[in-house]
Amino acid sequence: MTLRSPLRKVRGLGSAGEGAGHWWAQRMTAVALIPLLLWFVGSLCVMVGSDYVVVREWVATPIVSILLVLLTIAAFHHAQLGLQVVIEDYVHIKWLKLSSIALIKFAAISLAVATIFSVVKIAIQ
Amino acid sequence: MASPNRPLSPHLQIYKPQLTSVLSIMHRGTGIVLAIGTLFLVWWLVALASGEDVFHTAQEFWGSWIGRLLLLGWSYALFYHLANGLRHLFWDAGKGFELHAAYRNGWIVVTASVVMTLAAWLWGYASMGSL
Repeated sequence: MTLRSPLRKVRGLGSAGEGAGHWWAQRMTAVALIPLLLWFVGSLCVMVGSDYVVVREWVATPIVSILLVLLTIAAFHHAQLGLQVVIEDYVHIKWLKLSSIALIKFAAISLAVATIFSVVKIAIQ
Repeated sequence: MASPNRPLSPHLQIYKPQLTSVLSIMHRGTGIVLAIGTLFLVWWLVALASGEDVFHTAQEFWGSWIGRLLLLGWSYALFYHLANGLRHLFWDAGKGFELHAAYRNGWIVVTASVVMTLAAWLWGYASMGSL
């Protein structure tokens, strides 16, 4: 018999301590990435072999800049959530697990910021 | 306390590979490949923002045979992860779980990933005028 009330169980949010938040974010970013990536790969197929000026003009188009920033956010968020699960599954030394996950999150944020900065720089120049 | 008699995950070295298990491992593998591939996407956009010379160096790399080989791997990983990710979303909705369905949609994913990769490369070479 358990002395925990149903409310306590809900507040505890399960063994991960964060409920379905990670799982849900992984799905939402996945759904967002479907149209964004089809658009991005299609655009690359059209632009293959284009020179510097053409590619810059493409990135500087407002709708393209916006979609590229959205793609960057969704892709890096999705990637770091996925890599976190891989680490949680295979790395069992606690300090190594925590520091690898932290490192991946820092790297994802830094790289996303560098990419967004580049897009914005091109867009406003 | 965890029960000592709990079922274990299938041991990869003695467990006969099946379409379902191979595709599952490939989903994780392609996910890791794509995470690494994203670094090259960052390089491409940062190079574009840095100036013409830097961009040309990046473009030259992507045009080389090693660059094209990496792009081929990246594009296959992308289309595979996309198609199988869609399969996962259907599973999340509770659809396509039966054994025959899991095999059928598994083969659909394999076919779709190859067809989409070929289509993208044909499209790319066509826009370069190389076809």
